[in-house]
Amino acid sequence: MTIPLAAFIAVSALLFFVGAAGVLVRRNAVVILMCVELMLNAANLALVAFSRRLGLIDERGSVFVVFVFVVAAAEVAVGLAIVLAMYRNRPTVDLDEVQQMRG
Amino acid sequence: MVNLVWAIPALPLAAFFVNGLFGRRWLKQATGPIAAGAVGASALMATAVFLEVLGGRAQTTVVLYQWIGVGDFRIDIAALVDPLSAVMLLVVTVVSFLVHVYSIGYMSHDHGFHRFFTWLPLFVFAMLILVLADNYLLMFVGWEGVGVCSYLLIGYWFERHEPSVAAKKAFVMNRIGDWGFTIGMVTTFLVFGSMNFVDVFHRVGMASQAVLTVICLAFFLGACGKSAQLPLSSWLPDAMEGPTPVSALIHAATMVTAGVYLVARSTPLFEAAGPALPIVAAVGALTAIFAATIALVQNDIKRVMAYSTVSQLGYMFLALGVGAPVAAMFHLATHAFFKALLFLGSGSVIHGMQNEQDMRKMGGLRRKMPVTYWTMLVAGGALAAMPPLAGFWSKDEIVGAAFLHGDTLLWGVGVFTGALTAFYVTRAMVLTFHGEPRDQHLYDHAHESPAVMTLPLIVLAVGSVLAGFVGFPPEAGFIHGFIGPVVQLHGAAHHPEYTVIAALAAVSVAAGLIGIGIGLAMYRGRRPDPAAVARLTRPVYRLLVNKYFIDELYDRRFVAFFTGFGGVMSAFDVHIIDGFVNRLGWVVSAAGGGLRRAQTGVVGNYALSVVVGLLALMALYGGYAVGVLR
Repeated sequence: MTIPLAAFIAVSALLFFVGAAGVLVRRNAVVILMCVELMLNAANLALVAFSRRLGLIDERGSVFVVFVFVVAAAEVAVGLAIVLAMYRNRPTVDLDEVQQMRG
Repeated sequence: MVNLVWAIPALPLAAFFVNGLFGRRWLKQATGPIAAGAVGASALMATAVFLEVLGGRAQTTVVLYQWIGVGDFRIDIAALVDPLSAVMLLVVTVVSFLVHVYSIGYMSHDHGFHRFFTWLPLFVFAMLILVLADNYLLMFVGWEGVGVCSYLLIGYWFERHEPSVAAKKAFVMNRIGDWGFTIGMVTTFLVFGSMNFVDVFHRVGMASQAVLTVICLAFFLGACGKSAQLPLSSWLPDAMEGPTPVSALIHAATMVTAGVYLVARSTPLFEAAGPALPIVAAVGALTAIFAATIALVQNDIKRVMAYSTVSQLGYMFLALGVGAPVAAMFHLATHAFFKALLFLGSGSVIHGMQNEQDMRKMGGLRRKMPVTYWTMLVAGGALAAMPPLAGFWSKDEIVGAAFLHGDTLLWGVGVFTGALTAFYVTRAMVLTFHGEPRDQHLYDHAHESPAVMTLPLIVLAVGSVLAGFVGFPPEAGFIHGFIGPVVQLHGAAHHPEYTVIAALAAVSVAAGLIGIGIGLAMYRGRRPDPAAVARLTRPVYRLLVNKYFIDELYDRRFVAFFTGFGGVMSAFDVHIIDGFVNRLGWVVSAAGGGLRRAQTGVVGNYALSVVVGLLALMALYGGYAVGVLR
């Protein structure tokens, strides 16, 4: 029995919006970074699903997933570094309190 | 040597750069000897050039490089070396050198010493460019250069109010003259297709007399500005606010004679243009008597000399106007010596009297300052045209030329002005040096100036005696044979009978002696008493003391008008031009104030806008996919 493509896409979309909602509503910078990871992995899931479906015709989807892994790792490294620097400057990781760029 | 003529202006320029760059921090008091040394070397080289021209070298053009070359329009940085410029070179560099030496003593206590010796060689440089130029445009460069230096040096003590105002006045009045020079220069180019002296004078026949008259009158307006002739004369007396060596060098010996040099240089143009020369003669004669009458009643020693300078410059223009440019140049040279001496002597008196310039507080100084007294006596005699001093030969030639030209009225004005000149110079000498001291305190502290100041006085005094003999015998002397061929195109100068010349000279000398006699009677013998004379002629006296109310007239007619006009323009600028820009800035600022609310600085808000944008795009895409939108 094969799971239909639509199921994968549905899970992927669900994951993505859970992540997006997390980014929007949470205020803790670390949690927001985790939610970003959630969104990236939702995209990964969609990519491997399409790749699998297309089979031998096109496997680039799988290759892209590897790229996204790398980008995600780099993003977390940079993101956590920024959070750390921010925390050293003022002892908080609450993004609503970081408003120096307000116009 | 002539090929090295460019080194003559280059040396003062080098002194200007050295003193200007290193004067304040490092050189300090050394700036004086540096500038004097550079100008002295220039004077030596100018002498060499002069001797070479004297030795029969023909007119030479020394091209330094091509300045402008656009199609047919070609202007070179080039020097025209001929007898006329050689004489000017010699006079300018020698007098400049002596004034530089004198200034080392005169300015020694001034805190701006290095600044003074930065501007002074720059002036010499500009003056030499003016003299050497072989075309009107390069001459104009020097012309403006001396104007700037004059402005800087009149306003040398700019912390005080009067000098800065006087400097501004000199600059503005010179600008009016410069406007005339520019018009003349451009018209010359349009008519002749060249600004080069030699080319233009060769093509004089190409222009109609009307056009030539316009050109000449425009140039003459420029000359009036620079040489302080009516109606642009009133800046020169005010220029006495500058240091006295500046008055001697710039406002007596060199710069103010630039107008005379310009007209003498342009003689071929003026001779071809009919009505221009009589106007020059009339303006010159009018200025001569106008300034001499004011000088009669001035109490400031430098002001007397200033009005005297204006008057003597009027004589030079009178000479140019009656077709005697040689006499004008001759008087220019002798006047440079004796008037520079009178100014430097006045400076020596002022220096010894703790900067007191009012002759009413002097008197009896001849015992305290013998060198100053005797040298100034020589110069005063030369100014009063007493034989055999320099002024006698040159001024008499001018007055005689007016007579021989047939202008009996101008001759009469010249003789009468000669009597006035003799009177006011006698008055100045008696008030300063004779009689009893009128301010005992100042007198007690008065002292003769140091040798660095008196030596130039002595050299100039020797010049004031001997310079006249280059014009001996009258009408056929050395200077006539030397300059004559350059400035007198139409045949050789006329040689009148010596009896006529002697008779004319006798009349002039008699007039001068009468002036001296009245001066001595009034100020030594108090008979008639000067105060009584002033009371008796009260309206005239008031007119003269107030300088014919010329300044008041200009203030009311022109200055008030232009101040009002400037106010209108200023209001237009503030309310219309600036107003538009300010409104525009206000609109942009208000728009920015509204939009800045969008930048909350909260990362969550930015992320939300990204998601909203994403949803909008997806909705759009979905709409197309379903077919609701197309």
